[in-house]
Amino acid sequence: MDETSLQKGVAERSATTPTRREVYEAGIRRRSNRIALISTVSVVLALFVLVPLAPGWEAVQRAFFNGRVFTATFPGLLEAFLLNVMIFAWSAPLIAITGLAIALCRDARAPALFPLRLFGIAYTDIFRGLPVVLVIYIIGFGIPGLGLPRPWNSPYIWGTLALVLVYSAYVAEVIRSGIDSIHHSQRAAAASLGLSDRDTMRYVVLPQAIRNVVPANMNLFIALQKDVALLSFIGPVEIFRQAGVYKSLYANFTPYVGAALIFLALTIPATRYADYLMNKQNKART
Amino acid sequence: MTAKLSLRGVRKRFDDHEVCKGIDLDIAEGEMVCLIGASGSGKSTLLRCMNLLEPIDDGSIWLDGTDISEPGLDPQPVRQQIGIVFQSYNLFPHMTAAENVMLAPRRVRGLSREDLRPRVTQLFTRFGLGERMDHYPDQLSGGQQQRVAIIRALAMEPQIMLFDEITSALDPELVGEVLDVLRDLRKQGMTMVLATHEMGFARELADKVCFLDAGRILEQGPPETLFSNPSEPRTKAFLARVL
Repeated sequence: MDETSLQKGVAERSATTPTRREVYEAGIRRRSNRIALISTVSVVLALFVLVPLAPGWEAVQRAFFNGRVFTATFPGLLEAFLLNVMIFAWSAPLIAITGLAIALCRDARAPALFPLRLFGIAYTDIFRGLPVVLVIYIIGFGIPGLGLPRPWNSPYIWGTLALVLVYSAYVAEVIRSGIDSIHHSQRAAAASLGLSDRDTMRYVVLPQAIRNVVPANMNLFIALQKDVALLSFIGPVEIFRQAGVYKSLYANFTPYVGAALIFLALTIPATRYADYLMNKQNKART
Repeated sequence: MTAKLSLRGVRKRFDDHEVCKGIDLDIAEGEMVCLIGASGSGKSTLLRCMNLLEPIDDGSIWLDGTDISEPGLDPQPVRQQIGIVFQSYNLFPHMTAAENVMLAPRRVRGLSREDLRPRVTQLFTRFGLGERMDHYPDQLSGGQQQRVAIIRALAMEPQIMLFDEITSALDPELVGEVLDVLRDLRKQGMTMVLATHEMGFARELADKVCFLDAGRILEQGPPETLFSNPSEPRTKAFLARVL
């Protein structure tokens, strides 16, 4: 091989001209983009051309995507959604506090606190093992069935309790995994300074653990926002129930689509934000 | 008993691996003792036993003539008197350097931040970290973090300080600043026990050097004797490898 062909790879160039590798990678990138574009366009075209060709399309379009019904019911749905937001707003802090308490119960090491630990284990086992809707039915219909006076027969109270019971069991497990993730050397450092177990938990372990599990808990609270709709089964006219009322009124399913859009408008940004937090944390760890 | 801290026949096992196989050691007030030996020879475990981070299985540990290895004894008051600094610093990452240092005095001694601030500031300044007090650990270099860890232990005003290979995780150019802190403490007359691989440092400052091998103190003596004229063949072999 002569000198000129050896020099080819390092041909004289200014800082702005791309290297051989950059040229190669740019080519690969252009090719991938072209393929992605073609495949996306074909799928979208197929959807828009093929679906309307289905025999029932016109009926479905009338029943689910009726513009007139949509504009008539959307404001009412939005208003009903406020109730979902309210139920969420008072449930979320209760769930956070109960979840933390249960997590701490499960971590109790003193023999005198063994019943507490047992309780924590039973609690998480039971409420993670039941469908949310079942707990809502049992508590939401069962407790008011005791014949309690107002306001203690309110479905809001018992529905909220059902959500708190189930979701705090999940939150407790997430927090406990956060506690476990704190390296034992942190506890050793705290102990070596003469800190008590209690202070070690409160000032050293918990603040780090809680911070680590924020994204995981965000995902739980997004799920909670959706499950608030289950309370409609025991009475409250929130968005899902309101959509059902409109459905009967207009003999049309479009209100359900409207409700779905309202949920998505809230849950998609929240999910994206949780993913963003999760990614940031993963990056910080590596 | 004249020794500040005495170990008698200390044994420690993890599952079926015995890490300390009967260790006798006396540390006098103001003395600096260096533990040397290969990794896994039991240096770190021995230090952790001294401030009761690990309960010993047999033998006894005496602090100022009191048996502190009595099973069931509350370890917290002992740990306040015997500080330890770890190889991996173990600072609390969610607190600033100053908060790291003030946590134990606040919680254990019940002092307020206002009470502590002047003395803590003085400690940071003394160890060249006056500007760094309100930084978080991940904003500090390894050497700075390790100095904060030393300040954190000192803030409890311990009578004895244990150092567990505190320069092993540091880049070579940062080792010096941490060793300077130890020199400073030595000058103040602090009683210290170091597990270390810094042979030059041990030779320069130690009153006594102990060579640990497979859970036993094989040989101990003043650094001149141990480094220049070791009597055990295993000590010779170890020193030949590291010097």
